[in-house]
Amino acid sequence: MTVAIAALGGQGGGVLADWLVEVAQSQGWIVQSTSVPGVAQRTGTTVYYVEMAPKPAEGQRAPVMALMPVPGDVHLVVAAELMEAGRAVVRGIVTPERTTLVASSHRVYGITEKSSMGDGIADANAVLAALHSQSRRLVCFDMETLAQEKGSVISSVLFGAVAASAALPFPRAAYEHAITKSGVAVKDSLNAFAAGFERALQTAPVAGVVPPSSEPTTAQGRELDEQIKRDFPAHLHGLVREGVKRMLDYQDADYARWYLQRLGELRNVDAQSGAAGGDYSLTGAVARHLALWMAYEDTIRVADLKTRGSRFQRFRDDVKAGEGQIVDVVEFMHPRFQEICETMPAGLGQRLMNCPRAQRWSAPLFRKGRLMKTTRITGFVMLYFLAGLRRWRRGTLRYRVEQERIDGWLSRITRTAATDYALAVEVAQCQRVIKGYSDTHERGLRSYQSIMAALDANLGREGLALTIKRLRDAALADEEGVQLRAALAALAAGPDTALRG
Amino acid sequence: MAERSFAQEVGTLRAGAGEVFHGEGILAVTKALLQSGVGYVGGYQGAPISHLMDVLSDAQSLLKELGVHFEASASEASAAAMLAASVNYPIRGAVTWKSTVGTNVASDALANVASGGVTGGALIIIGEDYGEGSSIMQERSHAFAMKSQMWLLDPRPNLESIVAAVQYGFELSEASNTPVMLELRIRACHVYGSFIASDNRGPEFTVQDALDQPHRDVNRIVLPPANFLHEQEKIQRRWPAAVDFIRQRRLNEFFGPSQGEVGLIVQGGLYNTLVRALELLGLADAGGQTDLPMYVMNVTYPLVDEEVIEFCRDKQAVLIIEEGQPEFIEQALNSILRNADVAARVVGKAVLPRAGEYTGAVMQRGVKTFLERHAPQRLQVAQPLLAPQSTDLPKHVQALAGLLPVRPAGFCTGCPERPIFTAMKLVQREIGNFHVSCDIGCHLFSILPPFNIGNTTMGYGLGAAGASAFNQPRRQRAVAVMGDGGFWHNGLTSGVGNAVFNQTDNVLLVVDNGYSAATGGQDILSSRAINPSKSTRHPIADAVRGVGVKWLRVIDRTYDIARMRDTLREAMTTPEKGPKVILASSECMLNRQRRERPALRQAIKSGKRMVRERFGVDADTCTGDHSCIRLSGCPSLTIRPNPDPLRQDPIAHVENSCVGCGVCGEVAHAAVLCPSFYRAQLVFNPTRWDRFMAGLRGVVIGFLQRRGERRRLRHAF
Repeated sequence: MTVAIAALGGQGGGVLADWLVEVAQSQGWIVQSTSVPGVAQRTGTTVYYVEMAPKPAEGQRAPVMALMPVPGDVHLVVAAELMEAGRAVVRGIVTPERTTLVASSHRVYGITEKSSMGDGIADANAVLAALHSQSRRLVCFDMETLAQEKGSVISSVLFGAVAASAALPFPRAAYEHAITKSGVAVKDSLNAFAAGFERALQTAPVAGVVPPSSEPTTAQGRELDEQIKRDFPAHLHGLVREGVKRMLDYQDADYARWYLQRLGELRNVDAQSGAAGGDYSLTGAVARHLALWMAYEDTIRVADLKTRGSRFQRFRDDVKAGEGQIVDVVEFMHPRFQEICETMPAGLGQRLMNCPRAQRWSAPLFRKGRLMKTTRITGFVMLYFLAGLRRWRRGTLRYRVEQERIDGWLSRITRTAATDYALAVEVAQCQRVIKGYSDTHERGLRSYQSIMAALDANLGREGLALTIKRLRDAALADEEGVQLRAALAALAAGPDTALRG
Repeated sequence: MAERSFAQEVGTLRAGAGEVFHGEGILAVTKALLQSGVGYVGGYQGAPISHLMDVLSDAQSLLKELGVHFEASASEASAAAMLAASVNYPIRGAVTWKSTVGTNVASDALANVASGGVTGGALIIIGEDYGEGSSIMQERSHAFAMKSQMWLLDPRPNLESIVAAVQYGFELSEASNTPVMLELRIRACHVYGSFIASDNRGPEFTVQDALDQPHRDVNRIVLPPANFLHEQEKIQRRWPAAVDFIRQRRLNEFFGPSQGEVGLIVQGGLYNTLVRALELLGLADAGGQTDLPMYVMNVTYPLVDEEVIEFCRDKQAVLIIEEGQPEFIEQALNSILRNADVAARVVGKAVLPRAGEYTGAVMQRGVKTFLERHAPQRLQVAQPLLAPQSTDLPKHVQALAGLLPVRPAGFCTGCPERPIFTAMKLVQREIGNFHVSCDIGCHLFSILPPFNIGNTTMGYGLGAAGASAFNQPRRQRAVAVMGDGGFWHNGLTSGVGNAVFNQTDNVLLVVDNGYSAATGGQDILSSRAINPSKSTRHPIADAVRGVGVKWLRVIDRTYDIARMRDTLREAMTTPEKGPKVILASSECMLNRQRRERPALRQAIKSGKRMVRERFGVDADTCTGDHSCIRLSGCPSLTIRPNPDPLRQDPIAHVENSCVGCGVCGEVAHAAVLCPSFYRAQLVFNPTRWDRFMAGLRGVVIGFLQRRGERRRLRHAF
């Protein structure tokens, strides 16, 4: 019998291998295990390899055991993470003729997935399909969550799933005995083992997430909902509802009505363009990105979100605070001169921003970040007061600036939609490059502005929609803006060389 | 203290005759050394032989009982020089390190000891870090054996064979007055198996005996005229003595029938993989019984000409299975057989890959090709199970290869070295990019995402030396990085001393985490821990000043990113001439947690007021740009799908494995990133005052929150 275990550093792959060795030994089998840890222990992947065989009869030679898996000759593959299961399949050690695959469907994201400026997460469905097609039998569910529920670690749940998979001819008691004998966190491990065992017998498929869209609860909600249902195609109701909810949460009913008005104008453009084909993808894109833009993150918004009761409950859950446990929270704020001006009435803010002396004098105030304790009365009240400025938001400098930007964006979409529908959809999605705060936000804004400038300069050019999409991807490709600059330079150099491939 | 405690393993080292020893390969070697009456052991830690050093470090009392001297050497060169004790005296000595890197460092001493020859058995245990899991350049230790004429053992990778190799290794060394290298591949070092133990025995002649009865022989010293004598001796006496010993003791093994039209010759260490390949081809059973003649070289240098000639005489072709390059053995076989006029054709790299690890699948294909060409009838009877190649996989599976995320090694959760490189990245943003010369150690992970910092690495402790050519008055200074491990290994002289002497203007950043962390957290000279058997707590700062550095800044908390950044900026821009050394010290988090976590649990259990810190990200305010991750790369700082139905990009998220080192918050601060980070302080066993204040705050905050909530509900959707 040959067993390969693929685990990330810290997932307890070595413990699992040791347990398997103990199980086989306790049943009188000959067993050998090996691994190549090295620096892989530091966040990399390690493959543990175990071979086991019944003791040879008297006079027969003991088996010669290999030190690494040979593709096609592995009976059981255990993977402690979805992509590692995929890697085992790609390496060929999971084969439909022979291999039982026990894998956890949870994700531990790789650094390239994490550090992407947008959504860099690898496609889990493609991997799941391969796991199904390449294994003789697949036992796959989220073992990490189950382990956490049981207050244990993933290796215990995996061990239970291995026992239940019946890939190895040993009784359940032998597995449990191995855990007991190891003597570390025995009770929790046995609980998690049992849970893994039961769950593997059911082998529930991996569930997807469908966001529900709740019904209105207030008179104004019902009024707005009526408007949504009247003015927008049915398949966009969920999305537009989310947008309206965001406006109410962010400002008030008038703001939500304005959102619907802006969106309604776009819907008319969409309907007239004829290219819609009835799926209103332009309206859909604008519904999403208009809501995100109109609910831009200013200091008022951040203070509001930071002081909510629901947020207090969430951070308690996130840090796994016990029932009634005291949790103090310190916020890391780094307000700059600019943010303060932007929160002021537009006229005053603008004057201050343009005044170098004020900037110089106030510089020492903003050099360092501020630590604020939101769970203390002083810190909380300060933020609460800041959040209360919401009712004066319409007078702030930032509000004026953002609405102007939104109008510019909407008018570009409207202008382009008449002649090039696909281009308008791409322009609508360009809001995505603007996100984050301070420097990050400014960088995103600069990228956005240079893409818009490229759009204005190249209107009427063939394939411009694709060009804009590539510029957007380039803007999200690296922080320094290297790729975006290169793409823009290529575009400026001439139509024929622009952004091929 | 090393990364883990080896108390349990130390217990197994006491196993007596007839007891079954269960454990890892490298632990079996340790036990075998004690069974062989070894007198002294030294070495330098590094995968895959770290455990040998760690276990012996923890086995001081046992070693004392047996009268064995153990030393954690300062470098492989120090370890190799230790073998000098076996030159004049009949003491058995063993040293160990990671190869080929360690052998490179040790070469000076090794060449000297090999030239003069030894009286007592001298064994060099080499962890051959080659193939999957390796972290170094892919080279062969074989070349070192050849150039200095030391013998090279490559036993079959099972515990019995490995243990036997240790014992006959000493005997071979004594019989031929030559140091012997015992090569163990990564997997063999980590292979778990068993063997029947024998009793430990103390050395017959100890290092104490030698000190009491000093004795010298000028002919053993490498200086004219003895050096010329040594070369003659090697050829005329030591080499033939070794060959005789290998033949008489049958160190090499023969399997299967002796006669046949073809045969297989294999390095001992590859035997198990070969048997599996044959089994899957249908040419052997699980026990290794085969109809193919097989010659297993447990000694790969020197070759025994007579055995080779005997084995090949009746064969038309032999396949030599020799991993790595150049193919020294294949060349030697050709030379032996041609000189002996044996016609057998030698096939090796013609059917096997010239470079790369010989896995089961690779070997299976090689053997199959060999038999197809030279003995096709043998394949006809077989029912092979052929390992699929990647091109055999369905298209949708092949396509996955490009999609699966790579998992480069990276800094651990809460690592104190991370903020150093975050600060470096921030300084580069300000003053532009600069050339960075890296070293060996955990800090080398800076070259990988998300930091992408570093140009070269020239070897352990050679970070500063690697930047020495860039000592030029330019806009930007070159920066060198060196760890505390590398610093004491040789960096103090090769790097710092060299920089002072040559009046370099470069910046050197010494990363001091208190341990030789990358090799498993062993103590070194500057470790802060009190080690009962070693002298520690010798500050690096003293050594740096001692060799004449004038510009030195010591940062004793690397997590202070703003200070790190400002100090680095100062070093880069100061008009002062001469080397600028920044000593960045914070304890390795892996080791710290190993100590502190149980202590915290204990304190909480005993009812003491304790505060545990960890970080979090607010899902509401995170916009999914991941700037924080690009400046941190902490394993506990990850992503999760965005709970906001309008946003499409995943949000940052801190897992419960967070140790609260504070880098997230410092990054958010220093880089002016984002207000999403918060630090949570969880209070355990609160005092009455804690509870009173929390209650009071709860009332006020709760009142305001409910007020806000009511307003929101009124104006909700």
